[in-house]
Amino acid sequence: MRKTFAKISYEIQREDESVFVLLGDIGVHSFQNSFRDFESRTLNIGILEQTMIGLASGLAMSGKVPILHTIAPFLVERCYEQIKVDFGYQKLHGNLVSVGASFDYSALGSTHHCPADVAILSKIPGMEIVLPGTKVEFEKLFLENYNSSNCTYFRLSEYENSQSFDLKIGQGKKVREGTSASILVIGPILDLVLESVTELDVEILYFNSVAPLDEDLIRNSCSSGKILIVEPYYSGVLSVQVLRILKGVSLRLVNLGVSCEFPENYGSRDEIYESLGLSRLRIREELLELIHE
Amino acid sequence: MDNKPYIDEIRDLKRRMLKSLYLSKEGHLPSSFSVLDLLYVIYRDAISIGQDTSVKNQLILSKGHASLALYAVLARFGYIGFQELDGFGGRESRLGGHPDRNKVPGVVASTGSLGHGLPIAVGMSIAKNLDDDNGSIYVIVGDGEINEGTTWESLLLIEEHRLVNLCLIVDLNHSGDRAIKLGDVKSKFQGFDFEIVEIDGHNEKEISEAINMEIRLKPKVVIANTVKGYGLSAIENDPAWHHRVPNDSEYAELLQALL
Repeated sequence: MRKTFAKISYEIQREDESVFVLLGDIGVHSFQNSFRDFESRTLNIGILEQTMIGLASGLAMSGKVPILHTIAPFLVERCYEQIKVDFGYQKLHGNLVSVGASFDYSALGSTHHCPADVAILSKIPGMEIVLPGTKVEFEKLFLENYNSSNCTYFRLSEYENSQSFDLKIGQGKKVREGTSASILVIGPILDLVLESVTELDVEILYFNSVAPLDEDLIRNSCSSGKILIVEPYYSGVLSVQVLRILKGVSLRLVNLGVSCEFPENYGSRDEIYESLGLSRLRIREELLELIHE
Repeated sequence: MDNKPYIDEIRDLKRRMLKSLYLSKEGHLPSSFSVLDLLYVIYRDAISIGQDTSVKNQLILSKGHASLALYAVLARFGYIGFQELDGFGGRESRLGGHPDRNKVPGVVASTGSLGHGLPIAVGMSIAKNLDDDNGSIYVIVGDGEINEGTTWESLLLIEEHRLVNLCLIVDLNHSGDRAIKLGDVKSKFQGFDFEIVEIDGHNEKEISEAINMEIRLKPKVVIANTVKGYGLSAIENDPAWHHRVPNDSEYAELLQALL
């Protein structure tokens, strides 16, 4: 996904002279073509993420379209107040493109993990939050939204789903029909969900944008009233929205995501997910309990 | 003093600011008085030059808690009405305790949280260079504010990218001393390849000369020595007044002292 990001950024910079790329000393080699051909609009700004956010908002105020990139915890958690004030409160446009969340850098430890990004960014009014499931989905979403009037967070992953969906920002997709329950799944863990429930009669709704959220899809689905939400980050972001969207409907709602704790183990992304409660087995167990209760 | 009209005008603005504070029961008067001369002269000399639309200089008041001074100067130069000052901080007012760029004409950046104005100015400076815009960007920070790490991150970038269209003004009223004593502030900046000017931040002539100094070979830092609450000896350098509102009798006394 990151290679696609560098390629698309280059193409956007070529077509749109207002686009300015800022790298936090991360992914620099991937952007060598941009450094070569758009020298004045591509900067490796250094290891000063908070200032990078403020600087980018100054560019946005001056009519530029900033694209910022570094690893998720440094882009989001370290800079949360800068994002809130400089982009959110000031109502400025920009593209915050992270890589690595939640646990792509699983063996590097919690300094490089970022399972909180979606939850905290969703508390900044006006933020758009996008979690592409594949590089194809990213390319479409980025091309269509890089110059929107909002600040958009693109959460790139080193893991991808096996199937891409042609979705606009704020649009979800019913990827499977079913009657006994509904699963709402976000971003690049769709395969994990599909593999967990192969033969079960469940509806699956897939989303690659959390904000804005496809409220109509949720409202027009979920007829069983039994909903399992599977999120690849600290769980609970979507449930608040679902309760609001389906106000008045009798629901059985189960949240399944990553539990709020620092993992004790290293290993692969899925091994970290598993130790924090997100696995094929857990998805299946939670779903069966929901269906049969 | 040979510049009586200037002094009278500043005193008039201070009376208006004091009245806003008194009426609204909100505001940071001493911080506003320390920065008022700087704001007034920069707006007069560099920002608000009548109908000359070719001038694209901009100013960010990074120490946003001195918004009373900014609003008074914006009113003086016609961006907002003087009568608005009396509604400061009220439900129907667009003038808050910290300035909001989406509400107040002439406000470039929404500040309040310290350490935000300078990084924003760095971005604006880079954009001006890209656009061949020969305007300057002025940023006023407080001495307490420069505790913030983003100040020093920004200085690294200002030097690295030789942002000669950027002028950083430090309102050195020593309000930060109670936490971290900066000592010789000038020496802190001398490690950078900047043009550094030290002035009396209440002296119209010195401010004007520093602002109008067109060197454009190096980024500029103006260290402006100021006094918190300048012009009202009853509140000068008294931390108790940092965010305090006068009662009726205090208001009458303070107003009298500004006549």
